[in-house]
Order: sequence, then C-alpha cells, then structure tokens
Amino acid sequence: MNRSDRQANPSGVVHHPVPHDSAHKHVAGTAHYVDDLPEPDRLLHAYVGVSEFAHGRITELDLHAVQSAPGVVAVITAADIPGSNEISPIHADDERALCDGLVEFAGQPLFAVAAHSRDQARRAARLARIRHEPLPATLELQEALEQEQYVLPPHHMRRGEPETALQRATHRLQGEVHTGGQDHLYLEGQVCMAIPQEDGDMLLNISSQHPTEIQQTIARALGVDDNAITVEVRRMGGAFGGKETQAAQWAVIAAVLARHTGRPVKLRLDRDDDMRSTGKRHDFLIRYDVGFDDDGRIEALAVTHAARCGMSADLSGAICDRAMFHADNAYFLPHVQIDSYRCKTHTVSNTAFRGFGGPQGMLGMERVIDEIAHYLGKDPLEVRRLNFYGGEGRDLTPYHMQVEDNIIQALVEELAASSGYPERRREIDAFNRDSPVIRRGIALTPVKFGISFTTTHLNQAGALVHIYRDGSIHLNHGGTEMGQGLMTKVAQVVADELMVDLRRVKVTATHTGKVPNTSATAASSGSDMNGMAALAAARTLRERLTAFAAESRGLAPEAVEFRHHEVRIGEETLRFEQLVEQAWAGRVSLSATGFYRTPRIHYDRDRARGRPFLYFAYGAAVSEVEVDTLTGEHRLRRVDILHDAGRSLNPAIDLGQIEGGFVQGLGWLTTEELWWDDAGRLRTHAPSTYKIPTIGDLPEAFHVNIWARGDNDQGTIHRSKAVGEPPLMLALSVHSALTQALAGTLGGQRLPGLDAPATPERILRCLQSAP
Amino acid sequence: MHDRIRFLHGDQVVEVGDCRPTDTVLDYLRLRCGLTGTKEGCAEGDCGACTVAVGELHDGSVRYRSFNSCIQFLPTLDGKQLITVEDLARNGALHPVQQAMVDLHGSQCGFCTPGFVMSLFTLFQDRLDQAPTRAEIDRGLAGNLCRCTGYAPIIRAARASLVPGRRDRFSDAVAATAERLAALQPPDCLRLEHEDRLFLAPLSLDELCALLRQHPDAVLVAGATDVGLWVTKDLREIDPVIYTGRVRELLELGIDADSGWLAIGAAVNYTDAWPLLAEWYPAFGPLLERLGADPVRNAGTVGGNIANGSPIGDMAPGLIALGARLELRSADGARHIDLEDFFIDYGRQDLRAGECVARILVPPPPEGLCFDIYKLSKRFEQDISAVCAAFALTLEADRVATARVCFGGMAGTPRRATRCEAALTGQAWDESTLAQAMAALRADFSPISDMRASAGYRGLASVNLLRRFYLATTDAPFPVRLSSPHEPL
Repeated sequence: MNRSDRQANPSGVVHHPVPHDSAHKHVAGTAHYVDDLPEPDRLLHAYVGVSEFAHGRITELDLHAVQSAPGVVAVITAADIPGSNEISPIHADDERALCDGLVEFAGQPLFAVAAHSRDQARRAARLARIRHEPLPATLELQEALEQEQYVLPPHHMRRGEPETALQRATHRLQGEVHTGGQDHLYLEGQVCMAIPQEDGDMLLNISSQHPTEIQQTIARALGVDDNAITVEVRRMGGAFGGKETQAAQWAVIAAVLARHTGRPVKLRLDRDDDMRSTGKRHDFLIRYDVGFDDDGRIEALAVTHAARCGMSADLSGAICDRAMFHADNAYFLPHVQIDSYRCKTHTVSNTAFRGFGGPQGMLGMERVIDEIAHYLGKDPLEVRRLNFYGGEGRDLTPYHMQVEDNIIQALVEELAASSGYPERRREIDAFNRDSPVIRRGIALTPVKFGISFTTTHLNQAGALVHIYRDGSIHLNHGGTEMGQGLMTKVAQVVADELMVDLRRVKVTATHTGKVPNTSATAASSGSDMNGMAALAAARTLRERLTAFAAESRGLAPEAVEFRHHEVRIGEETLRFEQLVEQAWAGRVSLSATGFYRTPRIHYDRDRARGRPFLYFAYGAAVSEVEVDTLTGEHRLRRVDILHDAGRSLNPAIDLGQIEGGFVQGLGWLTTEELWWDDAGRLRTHAPSTYKIPTIGDLPEAFHVNIWARGDNDQGTIHRSKAVGEPPLMLALSVHSALTQALAGTLGGQRLPGLDAPATPERILRCLQSAP
Repeated sequence: MHDRIRFLHGDQVVEVGDCRPTDTVLDYLRLRCGLTGTKEGCAEGDCGACTVAVGELHDGSVRYRSFNSCIQFLPTLDGKQLITVEDLARNGALHPVQQAMVDLHGSQCGFCTPGFVMSLFTLFQDRLDQAPTRAEIDRGLAGNLCRCTGYAPIIRAARASLVPGRRDRFSDAVAATAERLAALQPPDCLRLEHEDRLFLAPLSLDELCALLRQHPDAVLVAGATDVGLWVTKDLREIDPVIYTGRVRELLELGIDADSGWLAIGAAVNYTDAWPLLAEWYPAFGPLLERLGADPVRNAGTVGGNIANGSPIGDMAPGLIALGARLELRSADGARHIDLEDFFIDYGRQDLRAGECVARILVPPPPEGLCFDIYKLSKRFEQDISAVCAAFALTLEADRVATARVCFGGMAGTPRRATRCEAALTGQAWDESTLAQAMAALRADFSPISDMRASAGYRGLASVNLLRRFYLATTDAPFPVRLSSPHEPL
C-alpha cells in the first residue's frame, strides 16, 4: 500500500503540531548541552592563544610564561599534533588546527593550553610572547577581487546569448549592491569535551552539526583509524551553519590535549573569542547588467558575484555555487551569465550560514527587479509577476533544470490579496506626499529555494531503530538537533509508521557508533533525508512484525493491520507490545537500519548543467517599513508571510522555522554589522557591539501562515518540504521596502543604492548620495 | 563586621564565606552548586541566557527582579533571595510561564530559554492583577536574546501566562519570604576576605568614606554592569572591592530639602530612578527604555554611569544639558561641582583619592523649557549609543533665552556644544537660526569612526538631530518621529 495514500494515523502524530521533544527540559533547565554534562574525573580545561595580527610569519613563540602559569598541565603547538594538522573540510590543505608558522587572520589559534580550571587556562593563554614578521594583509573584498586573489578558481554559469541579448535590449541598466556578512551568534558557543578511552580511543561530546566530519578530522589529527573515534551530539544551543565545519578545530585541539595528558579535556570558547576565531556568512559584492523591455520583462542578465571567503576555502565553493543557483530567485532569465569569484582576504574563513549563499544571490536578483520597476515607474510587484517562472518556454533555470513544481504565482496572488498590498501601497504613497521627514515603504518579495545538497553524493542518510521487548522504541539517525525540531519530526514519522504513541519513541543522541558516515545536518535536508531513512528502518520492522504475526497464525500478511497502538491479526487484537514480545520469543530481529538516497538528482558542475535539486520550496513576504530621513533610523511596521512547507510534518515546528528564519534574515539585512579595524581585527565580537534583533524589533502586526495548499509531488517524507533555510530569505522584503521608502524620497531615474545591512548610517549615506 | 554572606537560594538559607570578591553568581551556580540550568551566552550581560531572579526586601514585601548572573558578583547577594530556573517547577509540575513556553512552542534550541523563563518569572511577579502591555513585555524581555524563534511564540507565551489574578507559590509565600529575608539583612558592614582578596559592603556613607581613606585603590562597584566585564573579559584581578549597593544614603532618591532639586543617590539603579526622573523630565522615559534592558537597568546605576567616565554613557548628556550638579564625598567632607566639570578628559574625571560620587542633583525645570534627549544606535533596544544628544532651550516669546546642548559619543567625554549654544542664545527660534546653529554644531566636534558609526555619520546625524528638535518644538505639520511598531495598524 502506498503510504501517502494510507489513512492518517488515528493518533494524529504526523502533520500535527506536537511540541518539541525537549521543550519541557528546555524550560526546566534540565536539557543537557555539552557544558552541562557531568564532568569526568580529572577533567582539564583547554584554551587557545590566538594571533593579534592579520598576516605574518611567526618568528618566535615563547610559551615559558604560559607553561609556568598557575594550574597549567600542558601546552601544545602544531608540532605536538601526532597526525595531520590539516582541518580543511574539503582537504584543500589551507587550514590548520594550530598555526604552523603563517598567520592569515587576526584570531587564528597559535597554541593551546590545558589547566585545572577554565579560568586558569584563559589566563595562561594570554601570557605568550609572540614575535612576527608582518606581511601585507588584504582586508577588503574589493581589493582581493581587483588583485585576483582567490581561494578557489572562478566559476561560470551561462545559458543563451547574454551579450547579444543585452546589446539588443530596449533598456539596459548596470549597478551593484554589497551585502554584509553575518555572525551566527548561536547562544551556545563552540564547546567540546574529549574523553580518552582504552586503546587510545577517544570519545567526543560536542556541539557540532557534523559528527562524522569531527570523527574523521580527529582521527587524522591523532593518526588513528576512524573507528577509534566516537562522536556524540545530543543537542546544540543553536548552530545555523556555524557548527558545520567550525566545530572541528576545537575538537582537534581538545582531542590532542586529551591524548597528550591522558586526561579528559573540555574546551569552551568565550563569546568574544568565538566570534573572532570562527567563520561567518560571506559578504558579497554583486554587479549586474540587465536588459529589459518596456513592460519590464527581463531579456538578459549578466551578474557577477564576488564573495569574501576569508583566508581559506572551507565550504566557500559550495556556498558560492548556491549563490549562483539562486541568482535567478523566482524569475526566468532568457539569456543569462553568472560569474562567481571566491576572493581570499586575510580575515577569518567564512563558512556555512542558513541559506548558504542563497540569500546573497537572491538579494542581487531582487535589487535588479527593484531597479527595473523604478526605472519604468512601475509597481515592483508588477515587474515581479511579469518575470516569474511559468508559461510557455519560461521554466528553465540558468543551470538547465526545469522548474516543474512552480507555485509562485498562486502563492504571491494569495499573499498580495490577504496582506492588502495594493491598497496599502496607495495609502503609503498618500502618507509620503505629506510627510517629508518620516517616509514609508512596502514591498513583496518571493522566495524560491532549491532543496538538496548541490554536492550530489552528500544526499544520503541512515537511521537505526530498535524495538525493545516492552514495546518502547529507540530511535537514532544521522541528523543532529540544533533547535530545528528534527528529532521531533523524525520521531513522529516512526511513531506513525509503527502506529504507536509518540511518547513510546525515545529520541537519542546522534552517535557515530550507531549510524556511520553521515552528512552534515545542513542544506535544510535534515527531516527530508533522516525522516526517510528512519521510515525505511521502521518499515522494515513493521514488515518483520507483520510477517511474524501472519506466519505464526497461518494467515496472509493482509490479515495483519497496525492500528493505534494495537495490531489486528485476523480476528485477534494484540497490544503493540504484546506482538513485540511474541516476536522476540519467535526470534525475530527487532533492530533495523534504514537508508535513504535522494532520487533523481544529478549535476555536471563543469558544464553547469543538471538537476541539482529534488524540488523547490517557495514563499513570499510583504513588509512595510518607516524610515526617519534625518537619522536613517527605521522600524518594521508590519509583516505578512505565506510560506510553502509542502504537507507540513509539524505545523508548529515549521511555523517556528518560518518566523525565526525571517527574523534572522531581518538581522542580517538591518542591524547586524561586522566591523573590522584597519589592522584587520574584528571589533564587533560580542553581543554588546554586534546587534542581532531583540524582541522589540518584531512588529505587533506579524502575520505568518503556512500555505494551506502546500504539497510535494516528489515523494518526500509524507509529502512535506524542507523549511530550515528558505524562510530566512523572506526578509529580503524588508530590504526592498526600505529601498522603496528611500526611492520615493529621492526621485531620479536610478534606484537609491542601499547596501546591506541597512543600518541608520547606510540609510543616511544613501539619502546623502542622491543626485 | 560580618565576614560571610547569607542569602536564600530558592527556599534554603545559604552561608558563604569562601568566595572571591569577583566570583560571579553564574560561576557559583554552575561550578560550585552544579546547577547547570542557568547558561552562559556571552559573559558580559548582553544576551540574557544567564538571567536569574533576585528577590529583595522592599516596603516589607519582596520584589523580584531579573539580573545577569554572569556579571553579578556573588557577595552582592548578601541578604537577598536567588531564584533560578531549577526553582520554578515543583514535583514535575511546571510553573505557568514554563508551561506556556511549552504549549506555545517558545523554545527551539532551548539555550536561551532558562533566561527567558526567569525574565517571564519576574514579569509574572510584577503587578499580579494586571496583564502587561506589549511594550511592557518587550521591556521585560529585551535583555534576552533568542536566535531561533524570532520572539513571536515567546510573546504569545507571555500573553498566555501573564494574566490578571495570576499567582504561584512565590507570590503566595511573599509575606513569609519577606520575614525570612528580614532576618537575613546584613547587620553591619560585610568584610569578606578570601584568598587574600577583600570584598567590603559598608552600610553608611561615613563607613564608605572611612574605607575609601583606608583603601584608596579600592574599586567601587555598584551594579557591576561595567566592572563585571573587567573581570569576565579582561581577567582583571580587582582588589579590594567596595560595594556601594548597601550604603543607605546612596540609595536615597527624592527631593533635596535645601535646594528643592531632585537628588539621586549614586547607588540608585536605573529602574528605581526611572519614575521620578521621567516625572520631572519626561524625555528620560524613552531614553531609559533604550538604555540597556531590564537586567542591566536593575543592576546599573545612574551614579555608576557617570562615575565610570564613559564618553558614551547615556545619562550624562541629558543631565549636563539640564545643569545637573554632583555631590562628591570623602572622609574630609562634601564637595559640589557641575556635572560637566566632572569629565576632564577621556578616562579622566575630577575625582580625588578617597572620594566617591554621592549624589546627582538635578534642578527643577525652568519656565519655558523645551528639553529632549535623542539616542542613535544600530538597534533600538539594549544598544550603546553612536550619538546621544540632549537639547535644553528656554524660549521667551519665540526667542531662545538660554541654550544648553550636550552630546555623548562625539568626543572623549560627554561635552557641551558651545558654538551651537552661542548661535542659538538670544536668537529667534526659526529656520535661519537653526541653519546657523547647525553649522556651528558641525564646528563643535571632531568625532571619531568606530564600530558604532563613522565620523561622517556622527557629524551629519548630530546636526539633523538639532533639526528634529527644531521641528518637534515648532509644531511641524508632519510627523518627525518614527511611530511605534507595537500598536496594531
């Protein structure tokens, strides 16, 4: 029987808004994060000493004072790493756990110390005497681009004849927009604890999105087999991409110190050091050249992305690729050229952050639309509608993938009506006519986000399900919990498949010893992939139980029916745990693994052609803002969101992802500013100076809805859609609305070039630069 | 003198005599008690993950307020009640604010959640017969950062649990708790010595002055919202610490009998100073709304904001523009100076060895006063000013009789804009005077560029703030301030 056609579980567990499995523990303070775990005997605390300069060669690293500081047990440098010091996630040989001579950013770890207390370790780590020979530092993105300093070769995507089409176009505009980076500011900073085991093995408790990569990196660093390293992740206090690759360095340092001392070692970074020494979202410089007709229909677009990758490649290749994959957002581009430059600067290596390049790519496209509308004096929504994918011959992306599941028109029309967009736009025009100081703006922007790792082989997942004799279920899979509710959703899937109460399913810590060779929990793929893998495991068990029940009674399998917490076998009805007990006595294996590989996807990167995504997630938002033209301060007045989660696995959790994603995007585009001084030192390295949204930034009028007609024809888990990243880009509506508010003030044919984040200062600068 | 602190930890009386003066409440909870529900997010009082509730004896009752335990020194708890997230649930039953957070999906990663729960708890205990407005919810929770939820479900949980007529076992037991706290009140000066380091908490100004004479190098600590970071970030060993939060005279707030001026004791925190200050000068209301957040305002003091000499302290510009004075005290007696003269240069104040700030004296509003304070920062709540401007003009028949204009964030100290004042004084309050005053203001300052704003922005925004003040005081026929996003449209 096709599961999706099957009648819903009467327990109503899938598609229902059940609370997060840890909610009770969160509010009671009993949920354990790594730093809350009971500390093992003889635990040492580690800390790192970091560079204060951006680029140079260490000529002397005098650690005598560190070694003799109170409480210090061990001090290590690169030379003390028994295996490989190389920690690049793509094996680019450009990143070290501990510096081996060449410093390439301020904040780079040079040595590490273990002491009896964390306080002692922190104090000792400040006592090193360091001499260095300075080298010229490239600190600005623009400078790196001009000097062609790259961490990876440029990459290009092309369809049609953009040069010719641009020349032929009725209208043509060129411009640029710069978007700032973003610190993850997960509330729980980087933390791990390494506990030596017999045979020199190592157990790691860590806050990481990628336990397998931690395992492999530590194995390389210690020079042992992967099977000597076990990594466990119960939960993270937020991650957002910042613990995909960025947790490995601290894990290696802790593991090496644990190996060195034979004692357990915990390393937890102070917030300021966390922000100085770990990567962030890439800032992008985007240049565009667009041709369009009198109505605003795009004829050709040439766009250039330059990304600040920092000092190493890390995941910048895939991130910049995803920016290219989203340079179209939801719009058909008949002729298109996308050029991407992965620039090297002497700043911390930038990394994954929710959206993974997508937000930057889409911001460029939305700017192009706003430019066209302003130039033609049209409502930007009209221009958006005109250019949406859809219609005869208008469904091919720049990477030659057919958009088969397009719902953007229907979703946008529903939102435009429910938000009162047309009337409010008129009201705002009227308001602005009589209000020279305070100006308002409104904008509707769409989101189309491709779901799947664009590195095709990463699209695999595993799960392990045990049923114990009392009918309780132990669930494990390769995904990690960072607050997104993955564990809850996957447990719902298993409970539904076995038709048991959700409380019978125990969610357990992600563990490399249970499910091996996993991909990072990233790319919004967590519930899509782990849900399917867990479903496969649960289905195997259900089939075994069905076969046993039927055979033991001489019935056909069709006579066995799983109902809510009971099983009907012919005329007989057993409680689930009764059947389980019988099956155990009948020597049936009650443990199964499940595996999933995303079907249908393929991509030829050299030719920039293929189907990198299984499907697209869609959404749209309307934001209304108010700007003070004297100071550049602004406030968000109202937000309306309609977002596509397919057939939502858990509408409460998905709503949380949508609301939270939007506000995180709001921060990226408005208040969150990374600021380096002339020496390349990050000066916004704590929440005192780096400002993520607070409660007051959320307007009272905040109307968020999951699209009632959401579906997914790609056979995903219960026909749901991934929802982790796409909502972040709904916040592009705020940036567009701010631009609209300024556009009305300034007049002129060209749109005011508002960069992100739109701090009061950038707004005022934009107003000043008016013609 | 007593040499150990006593406080209620939940329901238990605890005595501690073996802590260092700068051990934080957070480290006490996590490292010493093994209570890991309270989290460290930033160790600088800016994220709220470490929020705890502290109950203090007040008018015979107990008043619960939120504090950042990461920068609160343990000895300051002497005679108080400490409540953490572990204390709320009883026998597996969650507290109403916790239950609402579960029911309305107020947690995702859960790391900030204990802090939110404790802030909600203090809102819960405040005015049990009233539901807070959205602005009051925001005020109570602005010190708690959440990176996951976007706050919407937390607001829902606040509304669902903070209903009129609410009660819990803490509100039911307030009288008994007050009695227990009364018995724990420090009888005399605390002198806590541990590992050769000293924490002193005198009860009177005379005692404080005597201690200052004895320990001229002592660091005076009030709310520790600044000094706390010296410890957690700079790893400074400060010794001895003299805590002003128990000094009777420094906690007084009211009208000075001799002068009729408003007198704010140097240890009065922002939360306590707020109502009276805003009653005298309503402009302080919106400013205080944006100065830190509740956990900072509950600890930080007006006196500390001035005494630390910061060029970006938000209290100074408004007070200087109003002509406030300072009373400085030492064992030799009292000395009065104009507040503006206190700030000599960056990092240098007119404070002699053995001397402390005792009171801030604010004059009553003169006839015809137009006064406002404007703060500019990247974020509205809990952000440090890029620029803070205060304008105090007295108008007589549309002419500017007197003008005092003071800025923070524009120089090494809070400073008056003397050229601007000269351009205003005696002139008609009109566009042409405004233009001249704006030009003069440009010449008054050479601000710096830093992570909060560039010099260019500071220069331009400061003169635009003068324009805003002009528009606001001349009844411009159009709005000149952003509207609140928290009223339904």
